[in-house]
Amino acid sequence: MDSESLLLSLELASGSGQGLSPDRRASLLTSLLLVKRDYRYNRVLFWGRILGLAADYYIAQGLGEDQLGERKSLYSLNCMEWSLLPPATEEMVTQTSVVKGRFIGDPSHEYEHIEMQRTTEGEKTYEDEVMIQIKEESRLVSVIDQIDKAVAIMPRGALFKTPFGPVHVNRTFEGLTLADSKKLSSYFHFVEPVELKNKSLLEKADLDPSLDFMDSLENDIPKGSWSIQMERGNALVVLRSLLWPGLTFYHAPRTKNHGYIYVGTGEKNIDLPFML
Amino acid sequence: MESSAFPELEESHEENKQKKKEKGAREGGKPEELAPSRSPDSEFEVTDHLKQEKGPTSEPPPRNDIRPQSPGSGERDSGATLAEPNAALSPPPSKPGTEDPPQVRLDPQGLAPPTTPEQNFDEISEAGELQPSHLEQVPYERETTPHLIGSEESSYLSQQPQYLLQDLNQDINPPEKPASDIFHHDESNSTFGINKPELGLNQKGASEPTAPNNLEIAVQNAKAYLLKKSNKSGLNLYDHLSKVLTKVLDQRPENVVDIIENISEDVKKSHFNKKLDTLQDEHEIPLAYELAEKQKSLFLHGNLEGDQEQEDEIAETPLPNIMESAFYFEQAGVGLSTDETYRIFLALKHLTDTQPLHTCRFWGKILGIDRNYIVAEVEFREGEDEEEIEEEDNIEESEADEEETELPKSSYKGPQVIPKEENRTGANKYTYFVCNEPGMPWVRLPSVTPAQIVIARKIKKFFTGRLDAPIISYPPFPGNESNYLRAQIARISAGTHISPLGFYHFGESEEEEEVEGGRDNYEKNPDFEGIQVTELVESLSNWVHHVQHILPQGRCNWFNPIQKSEVGEEEEEEDEDEEIEEKREEPDNSEQELGPPLLTPISEDLEIQNTPPWTAQLSSSLIPQYAIAFLRSNLWLGAYAFSDGKKFENLYIGWGHKYNSDNYTPPLPPLVQPEYPSGIEIKEMDDPTVAEEEAFQTAQENAVLESGKTKEIEEGDDDDDDDEDEDDDDDDN
Repeated sequence: MDSESLLLSLELASGSGQGLSPDRRASLLTSLLLVKRDYRYNRVLFWGRILGLAADYYIAQGLGEDQLGERKSLYSLNCMEWSLLPPATEEMVTQTSVVKGRFIGDPSHEYEHIEMQRTTEGEKTYEDEVMIQIKEESRLVSVIDQIDKAVAIMPRGALFKTPFGPVHVNRTFEGLTLADSKKLSSYFHFVEPVELKNKSLLEKADLDPSLDFMDSLENDIPKGSWSIQMERGNALVVLRSLLWPGLTFYHAPRTKNHGYIYVGTGEKNIDLPFML
Repeated sequence: MESSAFPELEESHEENKQKKKEKGAREGGKPEELAPSRSPDSEFEVTDHLKQEKGPTSEPPPRNDIRPQSPGSGERDSGATLAEPNAALSPPPSKPGTEDPPQVRLDPQGLAPPTTPEQNFDEISEAGELQPSHLEQVPYERETTPHLIGSEESSYLSQQPQYLLQDLNQDINPPEKPASDIFHHDESNSTFGINKPELGLNQKGASEPTAPNNLEIAVQNAKAYLLKKSNKSGLNLYDHLSKVLTKVLDQRPENVVDIIENISEDVKKSHFNKKLDTLQDEHEIPLAYELAEKQKSLFLHGNLEGDQEQEDEIAETPLPNIMESAFYFEQAGVGLSTDETYRIFLALKHLTDTQPLHTCRFWGKILGIDRNYIVAEVEFREGEDEEEIEEEDNIEESEADEEETELPKSSYKGPQVIPKEENRTGANKYTYFVCNEPGMPWVRLPSVTPAQIVIARKIKKFFTGRLDAPIISYPPFPGNESNYLRAQIARISAGTHISPLGFYHFGESEEEEEVEGGRDNYEKNPDFEGIQVTELVESLSNWVHHVQHILPQGRCNWFNPIQKSEVGEEEEEEDEDEEIEEKREEPDNSEQELGPPLLTPISEDLEIQNTPPWTAQLSSSLIPQYAIAFLRSNLWLGAYAFSDGKKFENLYIGWGHKYNSDNYTPPLPPLVQPEYPSGIEIKEMDDPTVAEEEAFQTAQENAVLESGKTKEIEEGDDDDDDDEDEDDDDDDN
């Protein structure tokens, strides 16, 4: 959610039960402004909170001019002092995917993972147990990256693409209509598109290249991994991801307000197919 | 003037050409184009009145605003000039359906053939009335008027902005000779373009007093005619034309004259589409209104009661102070928004008013796929418990079935169904009401049976939000979503409802008898002095469970399924009690299941895969003086408890599932059951293979031969024996 409309956004996203305490809210309002100034971001998003056993991580993201461009993630333990996280690499993601369980809450904590490595010396092969240390910080980075790629969403029309490439916030976005807000196809993943190229020409003909340049939620696997609900009568539409429980997206139809926040343990719900 | 007539004609032809050019390449202000296109050809032949036309066009753009005035003035001039001929030719030739303006225009064109002037009149009238308001409509008129020469002059001329009407008048006026005005025009025409706007203004000034009324009436009549709505479609020409021209000017397509009919059609179509949109809007809004209506009733409900009841309410109400609890939870960063909490508050009040309740508590919110559940935990007053009538109906039905069927009954007795606990005991201690949104009616959840709890432990399903949704799972869940919800609520309560140590204690009256399975009643401790918040956070042993643990059997109090005889269940229970006290194993497989007794500290809770079961935090690190202790369960994500030392509260907001860092593995189906016990008589073996069969056969033959041989040896002679022996030996070999 945008740091500029933080209070309103928290109010709208509170249906999932997780919010922020007043002192955290106050700290965020001030510290995010400072972050924006110091790192010279175009927009600062409060991404959410990852619950650890001992402490929680508060995550913020900074965006440059191009909304789909590089995103910098920052974390903080007390909402005042923010530290920059390194960008996620594929190697990091695969390495940390073996770690299971909750986050501890200490960024320097190291998980120990035992791997069997085979070393060949001449003709004999030895299987050695190798202890690999995985830092919680890299796990944090990869989890944030995974969640962003999987479930960070935007309503259709909130961003538009200029012919030169950069993506900008659409200032004339008036909000989705009520009928559109109940359809999954009106929401896009807030990442570089993956499936868009695979669409048939017939489907592409209906698309508007300046607005429909991201993947929509319709083809998410497994089907049914999103829960769409209207709250407060029809005044608020809330999407919750069942694949990453804790991700809440809210949008007030016919207004500009929209945003998403993740408050959860940072673990994927792999049991989803059993639960549907 | 006559000498100028030829040039006028020539000019008109040239004008036609130029207009055609302009039609092909229209851009923006029409008069501006007229200037460049015309200038090479018509300059020499331009008579004064043409110059007058061009005058405004040759002006630089900043004077465009003045331009309309000159056409206007031109119009007025023409009106002025026309007025006189109008007076002169008072009985105009009758026209079908035309009004005064055409008649006004008719006069100057009386020279022209009678048929064509009609069209011209329309055009001219349109040009006349429309000009002041919509310059854009000129091209329309241009397109629809390719006509006869005699009228061509006037028609084409009329298609120009109003100043063309001056030409018209000038063309026609010469024969009629309203001399004064013409001379005026001539004089003005002889001047150069720079003075044109001023002249225009002068002309305007000059002509105004002469015939404003007629002109205005003409304009209004024409406009009224255009605004007349068609019977069929409800559109009127005025609006349609303005829309078409606006669209054309916005989009600036190429060869617009060729596609103007399509554009007109599209505009008409879009008019139709808009109507559909408004219909859709009307449908969408009522839902929000309905819910608002329902919630409004919540707010109004309290005002219906009288004063006495209000006092009663204030004195003793089972309604908890949810706003206070919500405030504390918010300190910890948990909870719903304030207005949602308030609505839930009102809904609970409604519940307490309609049901005879002893205690009531906001248990929490369970999220679902389509809708969510808001759960209230209540305890009925003594004796006012509404028994479930459904069970009695079921019993009656089953008895009826038994009487009807005469089929042979199987002697199979399935594993005994463990009976559910009585209301107010064990897992059914509290009754739960749910609703989807505050304002919707509260629905009571059925009591939970041990079987449901046992199977609920084995499955993991999302709630859809509809209480009657079936639960399709393996092992098959006995019930629908309302039962599953109830089972999960029971599990969550048993696992996560905690209170500070000492807040509750056992009542003293129950000390003497040992109740089977442990105590299940507790009372509030009046001597509770409170525990320091910091201590509550540091040590988990300061918190205790105040809800009974649910045994693997599915009940809180152990039920022994073995019944030695059907007589005297009470006696058996006493026997079992004795046996339990002596801690002897039952003869059959069942052992008593023991769980941690009530009021055990949560520090005894088991760890799940190296994670502590609870996380304790102070709500605020910045201001520890007023902070509260806040606990989060790691086993049931979404269960929270807070305490400020003296009071405490539990809450659950979540999806309703237990946490498991490993994946959920559904239980496998059981192995295939054997059909009969394997014994001596019936023994299942594989059929022998062919090789084995042959070997068996040869072995048998050998045995027969062996026995035959021995007999022969006994009976036979020596020679024979030797021979036979040899033979036999040979045979045998």
